[in-house]
Amino acid sequence: MNGEDSVATGRSSAFVVTAKKRKIQQITRKIGESALFLVAATVAIIVIFIFFFVARDAVPFFEIRGFREFFTSSDWYPADDPPRFGAWAIIYGSLMVTAGSALIAVPMGIAAAICLSDVIPFSVRQYVKPVIEMLAAIPSVAFGFFALVILAPLLQNYGGPILMWTWWIIASPFLLLAVIVLSELVSMSIQDDKHRKIAQRMYVSFFGLIALILLFFVGNNLQKIEIMTGTNALNVSIILSFMALPTIVSVSEDALQAVGRDLREGSYALGATRAETIIKIILPAASSGILAAVILGIMRSLGETMVVWMASGNASHIPDPWFNYLESVRTLTATIAGDMGEADQVTGSARFHVLFAMGLLLLVISFISNFISERIVVRQRKILSGQ
Amino acid sequence: MGRLGKTIAVIGFGVLVAFGQAEAKNNIVIDGSTTVGPLAKSFAAYFTKKYNVAITVSESGSGNGAKSLINKTCDIASMSRSMKPQELVAAKSKGVNPVNNVAALDGLAIVVHPSNPVRSLTTAQIADIYKGKISNWRQVGGPNAPIVVIQRESNSGTQESFKELVVGKEVPVTKNAETQASNGAVKNRVSLTRGAIGFLGLGFTDASVKKIAVNGVMPNPVTVKNGTYPLSRPLFFVTNGQPTGSVKQFVELPKTAEGKRIITELGFVNKY
Repeated sequence: MNGEDSVATGRSSAFVVTAKKRKIQQITRKIGESALFLVAATVAIIVIFIFFFVARDAVPFFEIRGFREFFTSSDWYPADDPPRFGAWAIIYGSLMVTAGSALIAVPMGIAAAICLSDVIPFSVRQYVKPVIEMLAAIPSVAFGFFALVILAPLLQNYGGPILMWTWWIIASPFLLLAVIVLSELVSMSIQDDKHRKIAQRMYVSFFGLIALILLFFVGNNLQKIEIMTGTNALNVSIILSFMALPTIVSVSEDALQAVGRDLREGSYALGATRAETIIKIILPAASSGILAAVILGIMRSLGETMVVWMASGNASHIPDPWFNYLESVRTLTATIAGDMGEADQVTGSARFHVLFAMGLLLLVISFISNFISERIVVRQRKILSGQ
Repeated sequence: MGRLGKTIAVIGFGVLVAFGQAEAKNNIVIDGSTTVGPLAKSFAAYFTKKYNVAITVSESGSGNGAKSLINKTCDIASMSRSMKPQELVAAKSKGVNPVNNVAALDGLAIVVHPSNPVRSLTTAQIADIYKGKISNWRQVGGPNAPIVVIQRESNSGTQESFKELVVGKEVPVTKNAETQASNGAVKNRVSLTRGAIGFLGLGFTDASVKKIAVNGVMPNPVTVKNGTYPLSRPLFFVTNGQPTGSVKQFVELPKTAEGKRIITELGFVNKY
């Protein structure tokens, strides 16, 4: 007994922490935990506060003017007497430039991401990816200045030829592909090998001629277009797509990398080519991550203010026809930035609160999109971990 | 551009001023019109050198100037229009008594692209262009090209004066009108766009845009001063109550020889 006791006391002096020390440890742990919790909670509370205060100033507008005018009319004359607050054209403008930038940035971004993760050598990728991500570091006012001073006059002076060459560059590969696939399909039913080859060649030249005529005809008509104003939806869409690209490329490249070597090697082991592996294995596996990247990129376009304020022309009307990207538009963000100075509480209440209504609308849209992309990312994690 | 930044800077400075008010007033804060901006800045540079009084000049639109004066965050609101009734009511409720001090006279020049052959328009024609009734240059004796209408944002005193002088206060401007944030931006867009029409303070015009005669009268210092040019307006330094001390010295600069020289140099017109 005695011997054991002495061993126990020996241990206690060496390893067992005294009650006082334990207390101090517990307290410091509590302090550390609560400090971290406080920081995390502050961030969450800030978001809730922003939402609350924007909503608080937005609600009076709907109390004064109702919902109908804001969402259905396109008469935006906040400074006139009597004022009119029809924001439909402005909401439409926001959607239009966002859709336009997505049309450019999404295919380019995903293609660049695939190229980075699966096509070019790893050592090259290490250099290229940071360069693409650099795009995100350029301040938006610099993009806006570029849009206003360089791109807008360029579109006005050489709009037709630019459109024609863009059409040629984009349409040629697709038409080539279509011609080959079509002629294969049409000549498939011919049994005899020799005859099929001849028929195929004839079909290729026939469809090829049609494609060429189409290329020339559309290109020629595009060349005749004279862009009256360079500060238009097209200009803004192009610039916004540049700004959304780094987000889309970076996040979808991460998603493609996350697919892992095992799936790729399994696919190669089964004899699939690289193209088959990319299209049939990697893209489907990474699809939800890519979708999340796309939503993040679109949110970047929707929320951008400076570029749109400088380069969209800010005409609050729905273009005629509705898909005419060559007319100037006005967006929610630009309207908030542009009308803020005048719209003080002291000078006109509806005019002040309508800007908050627009801010609330933007907040709601971005919350919904964030929520969706969050869900998608969670789902992808579950799929990849095999649950 | 950078309006927000400027506003924040002004508010920040206003706070500083509010805290430092116990000391003698040796700085002046000016906020308001982008049209009056160059004049205010040149006056400020001259004034600082002569009287050693620090002056902060912000250009964020006449509306912002009025707002700052009402909220007592500036000493002088530079405005290219007089205060609106609502602003006067708001000023009264906050115990501010705005006094207009004429800084200079300015003509609103109607400008087009230098290649545009149109030389003269009547006020009715200009009004119709901005109402959207005339949409092609052919209708006013020009080439067959659509008119790109450029206006200023609702914050602008120049926009207010233009609407008051030409279009009419209650008449909405066409929805197709593009909106630019400053005189410089309007000049830039007009100088680069063949079908464009816009309006500028006379002091901002240069060879990159073409001025148009209104009702047959070209805008220049003589026609603005004698009132034959129809689109003339006074520019104001608005103060809270009758100005005193260095603020008084500042708003009376336009009456001095040096002040007149600066006004003429910048392309504005002397009132005194």
